[in-house]
Amino acid sequence: MVEQVFYWIAFIMTSMTALFAAVMVITRSNPISAAMFLVLNFVSVAILYLLLRFPFIAVIQVMIYAGAIMMLVVFVIMLLNVEEEERRKKIAVSLAQVISVVLVLMLCAQLVVGVGIQKIPGKHGAFTAEQLAEVGDVKAVAQMLFTTYLFPFEIASIILLVGIIGAVILSKKER
Amino acid sequence: MNLVTTQVTVMDLIVIAPALVLTGCALVILLLSAFVPTGRRGFLGYCAVAGVVAAMASLLWGNDGAQSGFNGMVQRDPFALFFTVIIGIITLLTILASLGYARREGIDFGEYYVLILFASVGMMLMAAGGNFLIIFLGLEVMSIAIYVLAGIMRDDARSVEAAFKYFLLGAFASAFFLYGIALIYASTGTFDLTGINRVFTEQSSIRILPIVITGLALLIVGFGFKIALVPFHMWTPDVYEGAPTTITAFMATGVKAAAFAAFVRVFWHALPQLQPYWVEIMWVLAVATMTVGNIIALVQTNIKRMLAYSSIAHAGYILVAFVAGNQLGAASILFYLLAYCFMNIGAFTVVILLGKKGEERTLISDYAGVGSRHPLLAAAMAIFMFSLAGVPPTAGFMAKLYVFSTAIQAGYYWLAVIGVLNSAVAAYYYLRVLIYVYFREQEGESPITQFAPAAVLVVVISAWGVLHLGVLPSAFFAMAQRSIQFLR
Repeated sequence: MVEQVFYWIAFIMTSMTALFAAVMVITRSNPISAAMFLVLNFVSVAILYLLLRFPFIAVIQVMIYAGAIMMLVVFVIMLLNVEEEERRKKIAVSLAQVISVVLVLMLCAQLVVGVGIQKIPGKHGAFTAEQLAEVGDVKAVAQMLFTTYLFPFEIASIILLVGIIGAVILSKKER
Repeated sequence: MNLVTTQVTVMDLIVIAPALVLTGCALVILLLSAFVPTGRRGFLGYCAVAGVVAAMASLLWGNDGAQSGFNGMVQRDPFALFFTVIIGIITLLTILASLGYARREGIDFGEYYVLILFASVGMMLMAAGGNFLIIFLGLEVMSIAIYVLAGIMRDDARSVEAAFKYFLLGAFASAFFLYGIALIYASTGTFDLTGINRVFTEQSSIRILPIVITGLALLIVGFGFKIALVPFHMWTPDVYEGAPTTITAFMATGVKAAAFAAFVRVFWHALPQLQPYWVEIMWVLAVATMTVGNIIALVQTNIKRMLAYSSIAHAGYILVAFVAGNQLGAASILFYLLAYCFMNIGAFTVVILLGKKGEERTLISDYAGVGSRHPLLAAAMAIFMFSLAGVPPTAGFMAKLYVFSTAIQAGYYWLAVIGVLNSAVAAYYYLRVLIYVYFREQEGESPITQFAPAAVLVVVISAWGVLHLGVLPSAFFAMAQRSIQFLR
């Protein structure tokens, strides 16, 4: 019982931190502080994964998002020498913006009702908690990745290759 | 837990053979372009042509029945084969049209063809994917390659704008699509399209859950963006105008065909039980797409923008058959896409041929006097415009006839009426081009135009395709009908 209470406290605190950080990211005028709040957001999401008992995804989240991708973002900010954005004096709200906000809120409500309140039936996968405890998260993921999902895994390599070619072709000086 | 191993069988390789051949060819071209000196890279385009032909030939490997590979991840049923052939034709014609164009515009390096081939791989995977993961990954392979291709003319501000706009909105649409997949997965527990169908059949209570309906809506947004349905069409005119014309043709036909293939497979194979929910959404989307596309096309002065809005309108016509939802409707979608690929690539290739370096000449008024200067090219343009407008005896007429008769057969009379009224409106802007071509005198001196032989070949093939499908459609329609039977 006590464990449950602590679990919920941890869960609510982490998700609030994630939300707070996300709001800060889009409201900061200094790009570097926005980037730092993005790190905070990524880390709190990683903790959420831990609370859901997905240590592997949590580690990947920290390594790839909080590590690699944030490095890239900060690097680009430095390279491009992004100035602090000037605060706009007056915020003009157009009709299109109002309509889009209403639509987005409707979508959010739909998602909350659809995902949060209703019980998701779902069928459970082949891996039970005991099995996972026995073989470990990473091994289970690896086994699925290299057997059942071998072909999608290979296509992902083509996506990366296309991305690299695209980056080179769009940024190369001489060609 | 025992270690599970997997073995790639010959059947798996047969199933992915065309994609495999194209990938191999793309890698070879990539290596060649690294080692061959800059001046002598002209042959790389021909390598790409050879690659596409080899990929099509690889379809002969294996028999005609429905097969699947990688535990049902990739399907090789007649439906997938039909689309693989359409995508192969589109890729081949695009590369042929590019041979002269790319040199003229200074983009004839190996990577250009490599990206076209990779985009084609993505399209084939989308058409053949029996699993949401494959469809999504195919969509991404295709999209990323096309984002880059749209912006490959780096010195042209419009091309860069097109790439940027398409990339940002496309990434957004991918997120919608992925969220839709996630919600469907959360409610059914599987990515497999057949498996999803089974869950919905066995547990009918799942169908009415809000999470399923929300997932369905998000999927429609994702597909709607790639197909350019109203109201997800805002990017289309700018991107089609800014991208290199060959890539515009590729986008208007290839992306649309692949996205429609996945759209039909997902909605008719995996989610047919949800038809009561999606059929009304599609009805509204079809009417909006036809009407908005045609009405805005009326006032366009740039032929690329005009064709962009026309492609939106054509997506609307195809959606009419989608709504009708019977066997005949599915076959007419396939037939329409085949006809559409010939007439659209043909029209864009004429646009390519009449342009010259640095001056694309894409205003409709630039077409004044083409009839007297290039009578054969003007005749080809007339065939394509008549076909797009739906005038017999062209492919466009037969395609529209099938689509609208399907709608009437299924009882959607209003939809058919709106569609026919729309095609009457559309005739105005297609025929306006021909009025310029034949009845307006050109002002100033005539620009000297050299025609690239490969692009002329594309025009000839497309014109043949349009006329053949228009005069003798029954064999192709029967083929389309056979292809669709496996889906149900």
